[in-house]
Amino acid sequence: MSFGDFLLNNLRQFWELTGFANAELGNFVMLAVGLFFIWLAIKKNFEPMLLVPIGFGILIGNVPFNTGAGLEVGIYEEGSVLNILYNGVSAGWYPPLIFLGIGAMTDFSALIANPKLMLIGAAAQFGIFGAYMVALLLGFAPDQAGAIAIIGGADGPTAIFLSSKLAPNLMGAIAVSAYSYMALVPVIQPPIMRLFTTKKERLIRMKPARAVSQNEKIIFPIVGMLLTCFVVPSGLPLLGMLFFGNLLRECGVTTRLAKTASNALTDIVTILLGLTVGASTQASQFLTPQTIFIFFLGFMAFIIASTSGVLFVKLFNLVLPKEKKINPLIGNAGVSAVPMSARISNNLGLEYDPSNYLLMHAMGPNVAGVIGSAVAAGVLLGFLV
Amino acid sequence: MKKRIIIAAIALAAGASALSAQSRKAVRLNEVMVENSSSIVDDYGEHHGWIELFNSNFAPIQISSMYLSNDSTNPKKYPVPLGDVNTRIEKRQHVVFFADGEPNKGTFHTNFTLIPGQDNWIGLYDADGSLIDEIIVPAELSIDQTYARKSDGDGEWAIRTGADDDYITPSSANVIKDTNSRVEMFAEIDENGFGMTIMAMCVVFSALLLLCLCFYAIGAIGKSVSRSNKIKSSGDDHTDREVRAATAHDSGEEIAAIVMALHEHFNAHDAENTILTINKVKRAYSPWSSKIYNLREIPQHRINRR
Repeated sequence: MSFGDFLLNNLRQFWELTGFANAELGNFVMLAVGLFFIWLAIKKNFEPMLLVPIGFGILIGNVPFNTGAGLEVGIYEEGSVLNILYNGVSAGWYPPLIFLGIGAMTDFSALIANPKLMLIGAAAQFGIFGAYMVALLLGFAPDQAGAIAIIGGADGPTAIFLSSKLAPNLMGAIAVSAYSYMALVPVIQPPIMRLFTTKKERLIRMKPARAVSQNEKIIFPIVGMLLTCFVVPSGLPLLGMLFFGNLLRECGVTTRLAKTASNALTDIVTILLGLTVGASTQASQFLTPQTIFIFFLGFMAFIIASTSGVLFVKLFNLVLPKEKKINPLIGNAGVSAVPMSARISNNLGLEYDPSNYLLMHAMGPNVAGVIGSAVAAGVLLGFLV
Repeated sequence: MKKRIIIAAIALAAGASALSAQSRKAVRLNEVMVENSSSIVDDYGEHHGWIELFNSNFAPIQISSMYLSNDSTNPKKYPVPLGDVNTRIEKRQHVVFFADGEPNKGTFHTNFTLIPGQDNWIGLYDADGSLIDEIIVPAELSIDQTYARKSDGDGEWAIRTGADDDYITPSSANVIKDTNSRVEMFAEIDENGFGMTIMAMCVVFSALLLLCLCFYAIGAIGKSVSRSNKIKSSGDDHTDREVRAATAHDSGEEIAAIVMALHEHFNAHDAENTILTINKVKRAYSPWSSKIYNLREIPQHRINRR
């Protein structure tokens, strides 16, 4: 072999390993999706904490390479770094850690002060089961339908946790769909809220919530965990961690732990979760007709959930005395998507009455939605595993 | 410090013993063949009666130092040998011991045999000699038949003949599942999802309703406690009705407005003593944060003068 051939052969072999030689149309489509997510996050400020890691994860996951070369770089190749990081998603231990952080950063006072708002969080879970029925109609098996339907819970960690158990093959699409629609909550919910409420209803002023004592705040996570987990033990990983995080926050003697759980730990897990979920959307696995159905069903789930939340409040108002009426604009917050959907309730309320602040009231159903979606996930898990 | 160490040690010991007890107790006798002429062979190609154990837990269990016995008066007849990695049973998996009376052949060969034509009692004991599981294999068991649980780890025992619908399953599940029966049931009976929706929404509503009622009760108790505390602290003997009327409007907004008005009225400022105090900042010494160990000595420039 001449020296020229030697150089040529090696360069040819190297070329076969490059992304350019292995690229397919699907990779470019997914790279465009990744860039779109990053653009949405940076330019439109849609859930940047989620969409930047997911968007960049999509870029990482869709850099084409020669899978037969044994480079062990892909997320689905056992032993690769990305595969090790992905274990938190596939084995389902990132979501409970995120729930620990959510618990540690959530103030449940609004809910404790006005416990009836919990029912709005329950009603909004109709979105999950409405989407479940539509998914069955589209031909998905019950376990797959359950995993897809949980997108309606508007809770990324819950969606990932449940899909990792019920339909691991659909997890990438479900997670991306859940986070995408959570980011698009400001676009999806306001038209629904306007459609189902009258101007008079939007002007309802709610009584300020009573002050909640420290003891009540401490009792809440303990009783909340015991009650909900006794009803749905399969929700233990999510609900247990959520209420544990909240106890760390409220007990007053573990401030350091609560700070770590709500800041450093949540940030670390969010980075890893977002990045690996994004990277799991390799074009070969992700670009399938099923993904389109999943995105469609996720959209349906969000619409049904928001609608049922708003309509439930209207229904509830029929039995409530005049001075205790609830503004139906907080009904959308029952879908969780903390705290974005509560902010939407507040903004829309201010649009019609600049002095009607609904944020604290909306936080009640908002956090009840987190509990409700975790309970719903536990129910699906209990029924279908 | 001492107290903390004691509490931690107790918690650790309790946790460890609970874990160990919980996991070891999950091992079950699962299937037994007394007389084997055509079933599985051991590593030496020989047929022997066998005993299958099943780990009913969802975590691996190490069974070394447990005991198998066919004599209830001698529970520690055959100790499962130490130091063999194969004695770790993965979650929901099985392991088979050949009852050939030749323990020198390897880990999975017991020092006793099962005798055809008579009842065979088999016991499984933990390392401390406590009984975990036992079974009497009936005498009517024929050659190449097994006595097995109807489903792995629990349920009743029955004779398996080896027929197509009554198969023998050494080292595998007694009921071979190729589909998720629950999913199939939902697909068949609840094909449009109404059943799931009704059941699941009932559970979600009842869980949150329970929580809601509970917090109404806790809130009511809290209010009455704070009311009685107010009465105690004020020293007045107001009637309950008056106090209730006074506290009914204690909303945060109103209190904030009153406080703000008072502040404006009195032009009140925080009293400041204008004394500047510098507290010494104490930092606990640790070699990990010590500069001495982290900084290298700066090399000195020496000039050789002759």
